[in-house]
Amino acid sequence: MSEKKRETPLLDELEKGPWPSFVRELKKSADTPVIQDLLGQLERSYEEHLGHWKHGGIVGVMGYGGGVIGRYSDLPEEFPHIAHFHTMRVNQPAGWFYTSDALRKICDIWEAHGSGITNMHGSTGDIILLGTTTDQLEPVFSKLTEIGFDLGGSGSDMRTPSACCGPARCEWACYDTLAAVYDFTQSYQDELHRPAFPYKYKLKFAGCPNDCVASVARADMSFIGTWKDDIQMDAEQVRQYAASGTVDIQKDVCERCPTRCMSWDGTNLTIDNSECVKCMHCINVMPKALRPGKERGCTVLIGAKAPIVGGALLSSVFVPFIEMEPPYSDLKELLEAIWDLWSEHGKNRERVGEFIQRVGLGNFLEQIGLEPVPEMIAHPRTNPYIFFGEELHEKQA
Amino acid sequence: MADPVSVEEVAAAMFDLVKSTYGKKNLKAMDLTKAMIEQFGEDRCDKQLCKQAIRQLIDSGKCTYSYVGGSYITLPPEAGS
Ligand code: SF4
Ligand code: SF4
Repeated sequence: MSEKKRETPLLDELEKGPWPSFVRELKKSADTPVIQDLLGQLERSYEEHLGHWKHGGIVGVMGYGGGVIGRYSDLPEEFPHIAHFHTMRVNQPAGWFYTSDALRKICDIWEAHGSGITNMHGSTGDIILLGTTTDQLEPVFSKLTEIGFDLGGSGSDMRTPSACCGPARCEWACYDTLAAVYDFTQSYQDELHRPAFPYKYKLKFAGCPNDCVASVARADMSFIGTWKDDIQMDAEQVRQYAASGTVDIQKDVCERCPTRCMSWDGTNLTIDNSECVKCMHCINVMPKALRPGKERGCTVLIGAKAPIVGGALLSSVFVPFIEMEPPYSDLKELLEAIWDLWSEHGKNRERVGEFIQRVGLGNFLEQIGLEPVPEMIAHPRTNPYIFFGEELHEKQA
Repeated sequence: MADPVSVEEVAAAMFDLVKSTYGKKNLKAMDLTKAMIEQFGEDRCDKQLCKQAIRQLIDSGKCTYSYVGGSYITLPPEAGS
């Protein structure tokens, strides 16, 4: 294309240095008018400290209420090639495994019908295809379905569930995250494609407390793999770590254990497993010597969100331990009870964590039929809303 | 139990509501559901039936989803103008 190249002195700064630069990548295809306008508008935003995108409206594919985010430039005369620059979210495969052939096919579709720019992946987990016009949405959708892909969620729906690579590549996985994410995605296609909630609802599946999908900060409901018996220990390997000098077991392991439940006498490592909070620290430091226990399942947490409307929330423990076996009936029953209550009584754009704060954890639990347990609250003795029976105090005494 | 109302009847009543409030009020799926349960009575209409009716409205193209800070059900652009 023979469009005049736009001057972008501020963006050019982001090409400096050895690290990857999105500006450099965009400029590689900057001979298209779309990319020229995109760079031009971004430069303008940097100059003015002001965003120039609007989003929303009525754009989508037939039958779906999610998967397309209408995006428009608020300077269409100046940047006509990005006047409409809609985003499409594509449901990623479980654990983000692709063949190179699948990736090539997605890119070919996007080069033919969109800007050719992708974001792999969005913070929810989807493949993000950035920038197309309304008339190209149906052709992209139909070609994606031909190669076995579907759109993901957006708006007030169940967002595309995501999972860490789990047992496919990671020795710490305490349950099959890939099977679980696939099952939940298939079971809730209606909730994914037809928005019926007060706001978004994110599900994330992490195989262990390392939480590589950042569910504890992002997901309305997290399924984090854990174990309930003792950490498996190979005492000989522990001694080898000590002998090799790569790990100072006292300083790097015992003193960094958040509950100080480990002790090291120079020869033997002892763990008081009843005090272990499964933080994974010791296992991460000495992977050859320590492993999660054998009785594995997951902890369900609820209520995280990033700061969009209102501030950020981290999630809280909801079900301390549950086995993670298909068909996950108990978990689905719980999830549906939460959706039912929140859909009926949640305010517009109120995430489930905010809803729980507003109605109170005690009322929330009563309505969905779940018994309170001490793990649900950070400081049981200072929480005035849940009263534990006498027998619990007696048992602990 | 009273005779349940059909999916088509609920869809038609929902469509009337969306049409009559067009441009004045944004309706979410749950707003439509609550209105229908109130209109037809709890013994004749439930959330599941409303879900099917919404799907029928959307799949037939009589209504569409919009996003204005949240997801709503509205008339398609050509029908609403
Ligand atoms: S969350 Fe745990 S199981 Fe999943 S990839 Fe990370 S370390 Fe492995
Ligand atoms: S997993 Fe964490 S809490 Fe448990 S023993 Fe290891 S460091 Fe301590």
